[in-house]
Amino acid sequence: MDFPEELKYTEEHEWVQVEGDLVIVGITDFAQDALGDVVFVELPEVGAEVTAGKAFGVVESVKAVSDIYAPVSGTIEEINEELPDAPEVINTSPYGDGWMIKIRLSDPGELDGLMDAAAYQAHIAEEH
Amino acid sequence: MRYIPHTPGDVAQMLERIGVGSLEELFVEIPASARLKRPLALPPALAESELVRELKALAARNATPENRISFLGGGAYQHFIPAAVDLLISRSEFYTAYTPYQPEISQGTLQAIFEFQTLICQLTGMEVANASMYDGASACAEAALMTVRLTRRRKVLVSRALNPRWRKVIATYCRYVDVELVEVGYAADGRTDLEELAGKLDGQTAAVIAGYPNYFGVVEDLAALAGLAQGAGARLVAGVAEGVALGLLKSPGELGADIVAGEGQSFGLPVSYGGPYVGFFAARMKDVRAMPGRLVGETVDRDGKRGFVLTLSTREQHIRREKATSNICSNQGLCALTATVFLSLLGKQGLRELAQQNVAKAAYAREQLQKVAGVTLPFAAPSFNEFVVRSSKPAGEVLAALEAQGILGGIPLGADYPELGEAFLVCVTEQNRRSDIEALAGALAGGAA
Amino acid sequence: MIVGTSGLVLNEKLLFEHSDAGRKGYSLPALDVPAATLPDGLCREEIAGFPELSEVDVVRHFTRLSTWNYGVDSGFYPLGSCTMKYNPKVNEVACRLPGLADVHPATPDHLAQGALTLMYQLQEMLAEISGFPAVSVQPAAGAHGELAGMLAIRAWHEARGNARRTKVLIPDTAHGTNPATAALAGFDVVPIASQGVLTLEEVAAHMTDEVAALMVTNPNTLGLFETNIEAICALVHERGGLVYCDGANLNALLGIARPGDLGIDVMHFNLHKTFATPHGGGGPGSGPVGVRADLAPFLPGPLAVRDGDSYRFAGPPGSVGRLLAFHGNFGIMVRAFAYIRSMGAQGLRHATEMAVLNANYVRARLEGSYHLPYATRSLHEVVFSDRDLPNDCHTLDVAKRLIDYGYHPPTIYFPLVVKGAIMIEPTETESQETLDEFCDAMLAIAGEAGADPELLKNAPVRTRTRRLDETGAARQPRLKWERPC
Repeated sequence: MDFPEELKYTEEHEWVQVEGDLVIVGITDFAQDALGDVVFVELPEVGAEVTAGKAFGVVESVKAVSDIYAPVSGTIEEINEELPDAPEVINTSPYGDGWMIKIRLSDPGELDGLMDAAAYQAHIAEEH
Repeated sequence: MRYIPHTPGDVAQMLERIGVGSLEELFVEIPASARLKRPLALPPALAESELVRELKALAARNATPENRISFLGGGAYQHFIPAAVDLLISRSEFYTAYTPYQPEISQGTLQAIFEFQTLICQLTGMEVANASMYDGASACAEAALMTVRLTRRRKVLVSRALNPRWRKVIATYCRYVDVELVEVGYAADGRTDLEELAGKLDGQTAAVIAGYPNYFGVVEDLAALAGLAQGAGARLVAGVAEGVALGLLKSPGELGADIVAGEGQSFGLPVSYGGPYVGFFAARMKDVRAMPGRLVGETVDRDGKRGFVLTLSTREQHIRREKATSNICSNQGLCALTATVFLSLLGKQGLRELAQQNVAKAAYAREQLQKVAGVTLPFAAPSFNEFVVRSSKPAGEVLAALEAQGILGGIPLGADYPELGEAFLVCVTEQNRRSDIEALAGALAGGAA
Repeated sequence: MIVGTSGLVLNEKLLFEHSDAGRKGYSLPALDVPAATLPDGLCREEIAGFPELSEVDVVRHFTRLSTWNYGVDSGFYPLGSCTMKYNPKVNEVACRLPGLADVHPATPDHLAQGALTLMYQLQEMLAEISGFPAVSVQPAAGAHGELAGMLAIRAWHEARGNARRTKVLIPDTAHGTNPATAALAGFDVVPIASQGVLTLEEVAAHMTDEVAALMVTNPNTLGLFETNIEAICALVHERGGLVYCDGANLNALLGIARPGDLGIDVMHFNLHKTFATPHGGGGPGSGPVGVRADLAPFLPGPLAVRDGDSYRFAGPPGSVGRLLAFHGNFGIMVRAFAYIRSMGAQGLRHATEMAVLNANYVRARLEGSYHLPYATRSLHEVVFSDRDLPNDCHTLDVAKRLIDYGYHPPTIYFPLVVKGAIMIEPTETESQETLDEFCDAMLAIAGEAGADPELLKNAPVRTRTRRLDETGAARQPRLKWERPC
């Protein structure tokens, strides 16, 4: 399983890529593998406010469903419009084409609470 | 016991294999304090022949169309059921199977449900239908809750002309989930009062629910209701208690309904003292993920052969638990199969002819009763196979006098609609012959009314 | 012996693909009154796509479909938690007697005395079997009975001014309907992680003054009797709460123990499990709910009550209301009534004893070949797991291979607390011979997993369809037939 060093991670298995005061969010390779074949994604609308730790969307496979939690607070700047029609890219490219949303940060300090790749891998090992 | 195959020899062998000395030892985990220390006090066991005799004796104490002329409707309708219906649903591969969780050995059930979903979509003019609900009333209650989920609003307007039993079920389902139910009255013609509705719709309204036809048998102006509801950002739920009406009436989908929640008992199910019946539930495809109940979808197997599976299950209780769209698990599967067989036999022409006969019989009954002194028909709007009759004498006395002549004349309305005065609901189906209708009119003219 | 063979399987199209304009399979008498219709503006055009078939088309269609199914009458159906016992045939005849099937639900009570008597007696018999003094037979299914029970619990608390009791404790072994039902009754769900049997300490830790009720299943979904149930009920009561029991597994207790005597306050029955009414391919069931005396006023109603020699519908006074338009799934009640009257007290207890014997026999025969995660003595069902299977073979593969052997698979991947669960409930109506054949098949499959795992992974191969693409079905839902363009 792949956990790129340049990303940050949450305990709920989202990844975050920081680009200035914008962050890109998706779910990790571990999360997509645990869910199985993704069949549906529900994302918020552009302009919506999200709060760190609160659910902003849903991702579903045939037999499982999971909330997706906002790693940081802010405003939805962009969503991945391709996902509703091709949710399988979350399985094939969780860190690339499977990205979900871009958030304009309201509190950059929240980024300090996220894990790096090593800490996330340790978290997975502990949880399972 | 004829249903249990174990001989004493079997039991002894099995206990030995398990490694215990007695049946009692199998229950060691149940503490002594928890045990029942006496035999259950139940009536003695009956042989099959005794059982049949007892049940026949109970059956003999009920009034049915075999021994009465009946004009009872009000949400349960007496239609003819072709012999093939019961014989086909009595194939035990159908009725002794469980929910089709193992699709490879449940293709019969799954394809039949897929056909049921299709038939319901065709009848209602909607895009997606589920595998069934308990009955029309609970389907309507689930529809109310679905509109609350979809709109994030918490007020539901319910027409007073919707079947009062259905309104009670909606109230029960909404009792503790913070949904405000507001009643909308009916106009002088028996249809939901559009002016009152317009006044009660606001930015908090999730849905408007009306019967089609309504409890008085009257055909609502669904297009007008849909226009008003949707104009306020609310959804229109059409509650169909008499499915046969959809053989003739414009479909609720064509008239703009967002959800159609109905009762399918008329499609081949006996009235059976209230159940089992079958609720049907149809909606728009864009709302499919907010729907309650099971859905069957088409797919292919490993060899590319067409097959059917339960799908979009993540809405349901076994996966989403407290966030599920409903708690429903067992539905009315065999009743949905019954409706599917019935509708297949009737087909495009048969269903329309059946609906037309119902209209014609009810129209003839209206005409005959209108001539009776002391009888009035308060509602002028077009009606399907039911209508309200008002009498000069108390409705209870009228119905009792009819009963004395072997006629079940209708359902009294006083408890639910005191404002209608002495009134009762008369239902006439294709099963009522001209002579039955004339007997009713004759009895009323002869002094009952 | 492999029961399954690859016999002649007939293909069959969809109804809509058969249609030919002008056919019908139905006849109406000539209209004996003047023709009349509704105003044109109200009437529809013909129903596009609706089938047009003769009677023989319809009969062949559904007969062929039925052969693609597997029912209890086809063979062994060890679906855990579902109690797939044999459905007696006389019960099917009973519910179709014209004097029962053709009674309209709005018939005045005095003209439906036979039906009311039957409902009243069924209420009384269920009360005696369960130890709950009051029973409502209105709910249509287990989850519907749960809803009735949880609404009654809420109303009971409200009547006592306990408006802040808004939480319900639910062990993670529970059926999914439990949390979904609690939510529908307006409660917040607090899950309790449990290991096997619920302990007093686990319940005590969560039992605050905001908790309205604890929902349990007894025996639980592992087939284990909740040995601490009496102390747990006492604790919940002491702290002002109530205990709800999911009665899905009542088949383990008939005549042995009564939930009402254990301190449980509310329980639903599944007539389609314990009382031998057929499952119908997913319903209809019937889910009566029983309560202790002081909850009786809140039951859904009306109930059948007795006045001397006659019966009528009445009350209850503080009822949470109606759950169905009419009186419940009466046709199912007739079957359950017939079953209880056929069995009697001794017969019911015998059924439970043989159900528990059968489960333990299967357990004894498969233990060692399949991993048994809980060693405690189980009652009517037993849960294995796929932990020890070689060659990346999993529970799903065992289930599909069992189909080739001619059996319906057990319940799989439930309860969730057992990874790769295989949950077997044989019921009492299966003979030792049937169980031996099934166990031989299970053992053979365990062997195949080692010797030739592809047999499992390719299974089933003898069925009408092979494994189906569920992912594709969910990604691009096709939920109805559409005329090809």
